[in-house]
Amino acid sequence: MRVLIPSPLRSYTGEREVEATGATIAELLADLERRYPGLRFRMIDEQDRMRPHIRFFVDGEQVFDLARPLRPGESVQIVQALSGG
Amino acid sequence: MARTTRKPARRKQGSATHARRPRAATRVVVLVATRKGAWLYHGDASRRTWRVDGPHFLGHIVNHVVLDPRDGRTLLAAAKTGHLGPTVFRSTDLGRTWKEAARPPAFPKVPEGEKGRAVDHTFWLTPGHASEPGAWYAGTSPQGLFRSVDGGVTWEPLPGLNDDPRYRTWMGTVQDGTPDGPKLHSIIVDPRDPAHLYLGMSGGGVHESVDAGRSWAPIVKGMEVVEGFDPATVTFHDPHCVRLCPTNPDRLYQQNHCGIYRLDRPSSEWVRIGRSMPKRIGDIGFPMVVHPRDPETAWVFPMDGTSVWPRTSPGGVPAAYVTRNGGRSWRRLDGGFPERQAWWTVKRQAMTADARDPVGLYLGTTGGELWASRDEGRRWACMARHLPEIYAVETAEVR
Repeated sequence: MRVLIPSPLRSYTGEREVEATGATIAELLADLERRYPGLRFRMIDEQDRMRPHIRFFVDGEQVFDLARPLRPGESVQIVQALSGG
Repeated sequence: MARTTRKPARRKQGSATHARRPRAATRVVVLVATRKGAWLYHGDASRRTWRVDGPHFLGHIVNHVVLDPRDGRTLLAAAKTGHLGPTVFRSTDLGRTWKEAARPPAFPKVPEGEKGRAVDHTFWLTPGHASEPGAWYAGTSPQGLFRSVDGGVTWEPLPGLNDDPRYRTWMGTVQDGTPDGPKLHSIIVDPRDPAHLYLGMSGGGVHESVDAGRSWAPIVKGMEVVEGFDPATVTFHDPHCVRLCPTNPDRLYQQNHCGIYRLDRPSSEWVRIGRSMPKRIGDIGFPMVVHPRDPETAWVFPMDGTSVWPRTSPGGVPAAYVTRNGGRSWRRLDGGFPERQAWWTVKRQAMTADARDPVGLYLGTTGGELWASRDEGRRWACMARHLPEIYAVETAEVR
């Protein structure tokens, strides 16, 4: 499955797009963590909550539940919410 | 402004005629953590010129960078970004390369349906006792105490404090803390005893452990609180910075939200030594600095804590103050600082000393300037300006 990585996390992946597998967002993140250690905790806190300025989209639709199933052919976009200062 | 250079200073070659190899000279490195990254300033032998190394982690909010005095090479940096969660970076070659902690400080996961805590940022780092290589402590926001025994690669929460119901009450909620979150800070290890620890909680008081952090007890007697509140209630106490005197570990100094204090153990009652500060300046501030050899000497950097708490230099005229007699009297040290219209201040981790003679003092401002004094504060010079807001300044001796 294709995963779009936001620029703040490319120090982990080295690439804008990577491949990962999983039947849910949670499984996909676990696979990303195996491939790129440390990446998951920058996005998901220790209570398995999405961090405030990180957003997940599946084929352009925002998802809020890590248990959201993923189907073959879908792509995942991880984005940083607009915020600054 | 003190001169900075980007090129490494050329080392003199040792003389082959020396029968015995001389002890390698050490130099001071100043570790600067800012809202947008970290910088290292390597001093020459006389502390007159500084080679700048940075930025490291440009764009990261770096709350603390600390060198391990036990090996003189390992650096830990507490960092996060506006978007990404908190982590700790480690370098074992004085900042040439960095690697992220495998397990940064994090609270335990709670069962489904319960509201668990999550570390927003690691605020404070303290190397463990000299007899415990690899041991480190971290204080976080929201308040939590964590320990590493492998040089900062993995971190474990200390439940004796984090999960104690009294401490959960004293820590309060995010609303009870400082504007950018409640902080656990000033983690101090008694140089005589690795099991004897102190720490400060903003808010929540000063606390002591004699069993390596398994249990804790407050030490707040004598400390004052905001008018109208009960000083017997631990949660109302707000120590900003606590320091232990290296050559007299029974003496601690504290800059508090409500004054400057000294504690001489075994007494458990703080004495408000800030009463002898000039009335027009007051004794409110963030940092507290102790002399590396003289327990009678300590420095503070007062701020305006009146009305709406501007947290700026009083009157827009920055100055440090020093006591040479344990707080009975204070002397103003403003030589070299701006004489008017300078509205910055210095945060609790952003003022420190080196171990040289005379002692060098270093401070970083909320306006992104790094100032230094080579003569214990009599004369100050700006080492760097145009940095991001400075959160922490530490020094270390390196070879």
